[in-house]
Amino acid sequence: MLLLTCPNCGLAVEETELAPGGEAHLKRFGPDSTAEQFEEYMFLRDNAKGVHFERWRHAYGCGKWFLAARNTATLEVYGTYPARTTEPPQHIRDEIARRTGA
Amino acid sequence: MSRRLRTGGRRIDRSRPVSFTFDGREMRGFAGDTVASALLANGQLLMGRSFKYHRPRSVVGSGPEEPNALVSIGEGARFEPNQRATVQPLWEGLVARSQNAWPSLDFDIGRVNDYGSKFLPAGFYYKTFIHPRPFWKHVFEPLIRRATGLGAAPTEADRDTYAHRYAYCDTLVVGGGIAGLVAARAAAAAGERVMLVERQELWGGRAPTDGATLDGQPAAEWVRDSVQALGAMENVTMLLRCEGSGVYDHGYVLCTESLTDHLAGKSGPRQRLWRVRAGRVVAATGAIERPLSFAGNDVPGVLLASALRDYVVDYGVSLGERTVIVTNNDDAYRTAKALLAAGLRVPAILDVREGMNSPLVNEVKGMGVRVHAGRGIARVHGDGRVTGVSVCAQSGDGTVLQEIRCDCVAMSGGWSPVVHLWSHCGGKLWWDEARAMFRPDADNPPTGADGKGFVSVIGAASGALSTAEVLTDVADTLGGPAPEVEDIAEGPIRQVWTMPEGAPHKLRAKMWLDYQNDVKVSDIRLAAQEGFESVEHAKRYTTLGMATDQGKLSNINGLAVLADRLDTTIPQVGTTTFRPPYTPVTIGTLAGEARGVAFQPLRRTPVHDWHENHGAHWEPVGQWRRPYCYPRPGESHADAVIREVRNTRERLGLLDASTLGKILVRGPDAGRFLDMLYTNMMSTLKPGRCRYGLMCDENGFLMDDGVVARIDDQTFLCHTTTGGAERIHVWMEDWLQCEWWDWKVHTLNLTEQFAQIAVVGPKARAVLEKLGGMDVSAETLPFMAWTDGTLGGFEARVFRISFSGELSYEIAVPAGQGRALWDALMEAGVEFGAMPYGTEALHVMRAEKGFIMIGDETDGTIIPQDLGLDWAISKKKEDFLGKRGQGRDAFRKPDRWKLVGLETIDGSILEDGAYAIADGTNENGQRRTEGRVTSTYYSPTLDRGIAMGLVARGPDRMGETLRFTQIGGEPVAARIVDPVFFDRDGEKQNV
Amino acid sequence: MSDTTVLAMDPVGLIALRGPLDVLAPAVEAETGCARPAQRLSTAANGMRVMWMSPDELMLICDHAAAPDIAARLTDRLGDAFATVVVVSDARVLFELTGPGAVLALASLMPVDFARLDPAEVRRTRMAQIPAAIWREGAAWRVMCFRSVARYAETLLRGAVPA
Repeated sequence: MLLLTCPNCGLAVEETELAPGGEAHLKRFGPDSTAEQFEEYMFLRDNAKGVHFERWRHAYGCGKWFLAARNTATLEVYGTYPARTTEPPQHIRDEIARRTGA
Repeated sequence: MSRRLRTGGRRIDRSRPVSFTFDGREMRGFAGDTVASALLANGQLLMGRSFKYHRPRSVVGSGPEEPNALVSIGEGARFEPNQRATVQPLWEGLVARSQNAWPSLDFDIGRVNDYGSKFLPAGFYYKTFIHPRPFWKHVFEPLIRRATGLGAAPTEADRDTYAHRYAYCDTLVVGGGIAGLVAARAAAAAGERVMLVERQELWGGRAPTDGATLDGQPAAEWVRDSVQALGAMENVTMLLRCEGSGVYDHGYVLCTESLTDHLAGKSGPRQRLWRVRAGRVVAATGAIERPLSFAGNDVPGVLLASALRDYVVDYGVSLGERTVIVTNNDDAYRTAKALLAAGLRVPAILDVREGMNSPLVNEVKGMGVRVHAGRGIARVHGDGRVTGVSVCAQSGDGTVLQEIRCDCVAMSGGWSPVVHLWSHCGGKLWWDEARAMFRPDADNPPTGADGKGFVSVIGAASGALSTAEVLTDVADTLGGPAPEVEDIAEGPIRQVWTMPEGAPHKLRAKMWLDYQNDVKVSDIRLAAQEGFESVEHAKRYTTLGMATDQGKLSNINGLAVLADRLDTTIPQVGTTTFRPPYTPVTIGTLAGEARGVAFQPLRRTPVHDWHENHGAHWEPVGQWRRPYCYPRPGESHADAVIREVRNTRERLGLLDASTLGKILVRGPDAGRFLDMLYTNMMSTLKPGRCRYGLMCDENGFLMDDGVVARIDDQTFLCHTTTGGAERIHVWMEDWLQCEWWDWKVHTLNLTEQFAQIAVVGPKARAVLEKLGGMDVSAETLPFMAWTDGTLGGFEARVFRISFSGELSYEIAVPAGQGRALWDALMEAGVEFGAMPYGTEALHVMRAEKGFIMIGDETDGTIIPQDLGLDWAISKKKEDFLGKRGQGRDAFRKPDRWKLVGLETIDGSILEDGAYAIADGTNENGQRRTEGRVTSTYYSPTLDRGIAMGLVARGPDRMGETLRFTQIGGEPVAARIVDPVFFDRDGEKQNV
Repeated sequence: MSDTTVLAMDPVGLIALRGPLDVLAPAVEAETGCARPAQRLSTAANGMRVMWMSPDELMLICDHAAAPDIAARLTDRLGDAFATVVVVSDARVLFELTGPGAVLALASLMPVDFARLDPAEVRRTRMAQIPAAIWREGAAWRVMCFRSVARYAETLLRGAVPA
């Protein structure tokens, strides 16, 4: 059972206090988008074995969303960061690079 | 005859006798006994019958690995089957029963399965029961279900309670043997928060039994001092009778603590589930001895050498007077020493190895015991118990060289480290060929959040064999000082997987691997021969290791046999997956407090008690309970619904609508936000007014609906469905936090802040006017308006909205006032004929009006356009959630199923979910369909069946007659009509 | 531990405040005397307590009858700022746990490391199957949960008190 730190309230909490929200950093495509763009937004997911960026909500706590960079194979957590970002912040990317050697 | 010895038994207290019964017979044991040791002390060697062949069985082990000695414990509401007699503590008055035997343990009819065992090899079920098919269901299955199995299921609800406890520590040490104690002391001395759990009732593990010496002290004294030192430290929590059951992600560990299983007087919770989050887990879980595979190795009286040592030293009981020891390693010689010390005889040690002269071997030889080198057992004699063994050369084909009379056989096939906790979360193993064991591979541990290993395995569990090795291993792994011990060198083990090596089939068919599931060497070989070469396949084909003991004794021996048959190596074959829990955990322990009224949260409105006191028949709606109807004495539910509908349409009905979601949306961008959330335009709504709105997901599918009230320029109150309140609030916050985070909007879920009561019917205005204080006239408060004020002394918000087509007000007050308002309305309503109505009357009335219901007309694949709700979808807005989704080609197809009303020709009521039958069949040969019923009711207002449904091109086919399926009956004809059945012009609500 | 008690408390006033804490906190302090609470903590003054609920939410505990007036004054003080003040007194209920078994009772229901809990901390967490918030009030513990599940919560708490 995962243990993730909610960056909004600073607590490391167990999975039962959280609600998962799927892949992070999706770009919304609205009414003027092409079928391909809309498909990408609605349906196509990386489902990575390895480094994965995902959405979590601190459902039983502060109620806020946050994002986590996690390894789906080893369950390693590279870090959590606020939901108000369109891409992983530099310090998270650095940490992933440091730990994966990539 | 097994019996109690005159002396010995470090775990028992001879001054405290304990009475118990087994199969109704009165027996006596001592405090500290297990059921198994007490049964042995009473001469009861036979403890059960095997699963498949009903062979007589006794203990083979002395701990949680025991496959044979499963008994039922307790009676009535405390009855529990399949308990291992080897770990069940004895208590005064304990009632134990044998299992899987009829009519009695001693004379069991099912034993015929054994005599026919050559017809029941691995895969027998699969092969035999495929043809002829009906035979499986009607002949074989009932027979087999009766003939095989373990204990009976309890017939009463468990009367015990169970508790959970969340715990946090830096280091969790599982296993309180000497390795665990040293580890706990090292971690505690470093200032860590330490938890130390031990599944047995005593600390120290095997060391005191095996007579080790630490720091010049006998093991028992060293253990006592260590426990005392640890107990004095505030940063250490120590638990006995607490088993490490499973290790999960990120240092989460479940431990099960037994609180009353050893007590006669039971009060408080029976067991406690510890939900531990540990920085690191140290598994000091020891090792389990392996049986040897020789013919008749399951005859009562044949057991593990270490187990026999435990019975003699720990409990002061023997299984027999003359014990033949058969071994492939030195450790079994300790059993010889223990037996001799207890005054029992060891006529021979059959050691498969040649030329052994290690100190232990020489010591035992020096005590006058005859050691037969290179020898093994060809077969064990005896049926209900051992009478002797035939000796053969291990390297031969089983030719008998000698017969030895004995009544007990102690076997040792080497040791398997208990690596379960290492493996549960993905720790890898390596095969140590010299020691013949799988050991934890320290380079491939289970990884935690930081990517580093979070489980260490120490002592015997990591493959250390002697006390000296164990302590060196602990010091190497964890640091800290190690106690001084004498290092006694042991001779090497010799791998032996069948005895003798060249045993013919006849002998292999009597060599048990998995005692509990009756899997033999011959079965594994058959599986390999038939192509089940993967260990996971062979396991499932033969059921090896799939019994309640999960193959603790059998798995390694089984896969060695498989490797041999496949002519490959043991590591090549690999192990099956280790899964938690280590031993079975009773469901009650996992459920904890979640049982009875606390099984799940039941949400109650402020008026709940009134409903209950007035005979409400409940309908679960999510976790809420809402009154379905209020049947009067002698009245059916259907009749109650009819009465409630008529009374509401003709006079006055009251509905507790408190469960409906109420979400406050506030801020400068609130209008813009709601325009994105709802399909229709909300920003143009005037303060003081209400508007019905639809919410779709990004697929375009309708997900919720409700009335939005504009409170002021920046504030809206959004009503949702009962089930949607939390979901829609989360949905709103998701968009605000993760997509439009620069928009200035706050949302607050106020569902529970307010009680809301619908006052419905022609007399609705009259009753509010009687309460007084507010102008609720048609002019001041027209349809789809709201106002704040004081109504009958209540600070209230009154919405003029209707879900029934009647004149209707919904009155919201703070929840604490809800019950008082309800009482006031009921009282004031007496003269107007007020009656409460439930959810079913609500449904009937909304269906009469053709209003859709989320979850009836929608199922997550329906867009609003399917339901004729195009009027509620803005054409002006550039964007809203679901707009792009609804624009997809599939939704523009003309033959989509769309909402219509349905009226049966004969006035009967269509079945819910019934399909409209079309001509022909589809590619699967099934009848084609062209629609289905989504809501169907008897309408008291129209005195006929009415229904709504989705029909292909439905709105274009008004007046057409369709045929709808009926379960077990002829299709029913129904005409497509307008879905609004009643008061199409809304004259009743607009008064 | 039989002297551990669970008490369903009389209604208290609860006011939810949403907005930037830099905006909310001065208004709350001016109205109640309660200083701005740090992340996850609470402060108390004049019989009132203000609790940090999330990065943009505070909750004020006050007298039940006084809550509407306090809320109105807070709204005035906040003026045109982007802030929302709502009385939510009736949406939640409070329990008081006192006695030596209080922490053990709570530790059997919620995944909280009590040894690492700040004395002033308001821990929002999961109590069995419902959301709850707990904090210390002197020697006693407070448990707050939604009104509709009050009966469930009371059953849990009473069942968890050690014998």
